Amino acid sequence: MKYDIILCGVGGQGVLSVAALIGRAAAAEGLQVKQSEVHGMSQRGGAVMAHLRFADHPVASDLIPQAGADLILSMEPMESLRYVGYLAAEAALVTATEPFKNIPDYPELDTVLAAIRRLPHSLLVDAAKLADEAGNPVAVNTVMVGAASRLLPFRADTLEKVVREMFSAKGVKVVEMNLKALELGRRAYAASSHTCTA
Amino acid sequence: MSERVLLGDEGLALGSVHAGLSAAYAYPGTPSTEILEFLLEYQEEHGRPHAAWCINEKTAYAQALGACFVGRRALVSMKHVGLNVAADPFMNSALVATHGGLVVAVADDPGMHSSQNEQDSRFYADFARVMCLEPGSQQECYDMTREAFDLSEKFGVPVMLRITTRLAHSRTVVKLRAPRAENEVRKAPQRASWILLPGNARRAWRSLLERQREMVAWSEAAEWNTLALAPDNHELGVITAGIARNYYQENLPELAHAPSHLHIGAYPLPVEKIRQLAAHVKRLLVLEDGYPFIERQLAGLLPQPVEVTGKLTGALPPDGELNPDLVRAALGLPTRAGVKLEGITLPNRPPQLCQGCPHGHAYKALKKALEPYDTNMVTSDIGCYTLGALPPYSAIESCVCMGASVGMAKGAAEAGFFPVTAVIGDSTFLHSGVAPLMDAVSANTNMTLLILDNQAIAMTGGQPPRMPSSRLHDVVLGIGVDPKHCHVVEAMPRQVDAIAELIGSEIRHEGLSVIIAVRECLETARRKRREAVVTA
Ligand code: SF4
Repeated sequence: MKYDIILCGVGGQGVLSVAALIGRAAAAEGLQVKQSEVHGMSQRGGAVMAHLRFADHPVASDLIPQAGADLILSMEPMESLRYVGYLAAEAALVTATEPFKNIPDYPELDTVLAAIRRLPHSLLVDAAKLADEAGNPVAVNTVMVGAASRLLPFRADTLEKVVREMFSAKGVKVVEMNLKALELGRRAYAASSHTCTA
Repeated sequence: MSERVLLGDEGLALGSVHAGLSAAYAYPGTPSTEILEFLLEYQEEHGRPHAAWCINEKTAYAQALGACFVGRRALVSMKHVGLNVAADPFMNSALVATHGGLVVAVADDPGMHSSQNEQDSRFYADFARVMCLEPGSQQECYDMTREAFDLSEKFGVPVMLRITTRLAHSRTVVKLRAPRAENEVRKAPQRASWILLPGNARRAWRSLLERQREMVAWSEAAEWNTLALAPDNHELGVITAGIARNYYQENLPELAHAPSHLHIGAYPLPVEKIRQLAAHVKRLLVLEDGYPFIERQLAGLLPQPVEVTGKLTGALPPDGELNPDLVRAALGLPTRAGVKLEGITLPNRPPQLCQGCPHGHAYKALKKALEPYDTNMVTSDIGCYTLGALPPYSAIESCVCMGASVGMAKGAAEAGFFPVTAVIGDSTFLHSGVAPLMDAVSANTNMTLLILDNQAIAMTGGQPPRMPSSRLHDVVLGIGVDPKHCHVVEAMPRQVDAIAELIGSEIRHEGLSVIIAVRECLETARRKRREAVVTA
């Protein structure tokens, strides 16, 4: 078994914390994990991308090959499209809907969303709204992990356990909000008309 | 045996601690920064080893050299271009018969993710005639660092550890071994080898050259250099180095016939192993990240009519970082196309200054001050403020190397151009902008220097600069800048007009002026506030 994820978004959106969460869950399941991430200049509001790979055998390359990813998980709609060349034929793309417009030539949002919907397996998640609903606007990342959770080859409770661990230092309230965010994301996936197959 | 999830940088750092490290020095630079960051954290928790940021890579190198002079194990880490700054002590340290272990960790940046060039530090190791280990995995970062210290003490030379961005910033599980104790403080016994007067230096150089043979012999037998000859495949032999092995392995299952394979993780090159491989095959493919370092040397090593392919022959691109797809193509496997995007073109999203960054206000003021001039010149330097090159600011015109903005401005002014303004950050100024400013003071060059003091080395994550703003002003006055033309201003939005006016009048002043625009980086300020809340 092997599972490759391209994580993307804009510098500052917490792409690395999503990678950390999923990576820890994979490790908790006894899988081998490799995660290649971005540091330095590219983090200043630029496009960022991380490779996250896990498998039940040693993972050789730190980078995912073209057409090799099982999932693109994106914090931003336009950024999700930048990496579709990495998607394997039957793979899924899950992205937050809210655009991050820090460039003058950001394309029409409708055009971006339409391009995402044209992909074979895609899911748009209004993560900002769901994070608000969970009581914590910064829990957008946890919502997105929740939305992708059915696709991830993990036992249902592994992510929950990791969320508890990761946020426990910040207090019970933060843990609860993130668990709710995870659940809302999960439901958003279940409610979607798009047929993502795990 | 315990395990930890570590970045390549962190594996290297922990490997050095477990090798009995006593002292580590560095100047931050992507992708090497996390090495010292890790050691600083370790020091905070355990009280040892000593770890410190330095003014620049050269001072860091000399400090590590001092620690090894008294028998301790020392690490100095930097990015590839930082080694240019430290090149002087590095080259000479190869001659000094190191006493304690000295390891030089250099992180190269093929693909220039956050650098001005792609230079390959293996050439430097070869140039200095020292050994170099090149990890290909996080585990090797840990293991090789431990061995590098032993080698340094065994052969009496500094040992280079060369990694690249991808490995530096990729994390996975690393197995740890029992730590070794630190060396006692014990001064190097023979002074002569440390005093590089010509007579001594000649002796030391000969001794270094004589040790080359032993180094090659070691490399030949090293567990890091592994040769596997495929008995039934005489067509292709693959040589991998460092992380390129990972990309090769990724593609290996798809090859119908596994080629013979030599992996090189230690230099000087294992000459015999290379010859053995070459004698076995018709064609060699060299997979290495960075320059065609191995590929170039093969020509001089091989008597056989073997064909060598790689970056020099176009089998792989001569620039950029390797990846599984490029290696795939070089191995002759068909390309795999991913999903194609249709009906939309995506604009680039380059990095930019944070919303409200103090540098932005300084640039607004600068541009305003320059409005009256049809033409002008603004030299700049390396740091967050370099992002002022991009819209909406488009405020600067150069970024060459640390400290270059000051010297370049002086040169342009002396060549007869007016008006010339130079821009530099506080940390870069201390790193290597002070020296050219002394040149400008002695010539009273007609230029205006703007020191953008955000009290942080912001680009690499907000490390503290070696000197607070108040003392920066004293330094500038201390080297002789006229106090009437040395000003400190606050880079606040409401000050933009006043700063613009000040810059304008200093440009009109015939001679040297320095304006220090102070305001803390928003990111570090935010982090301090958050930490204050947590500890409150
Ligand atoms: S990190 Fe600090 S210095 Fe860099 S752009 Fe942001 S606010 Fe400015």
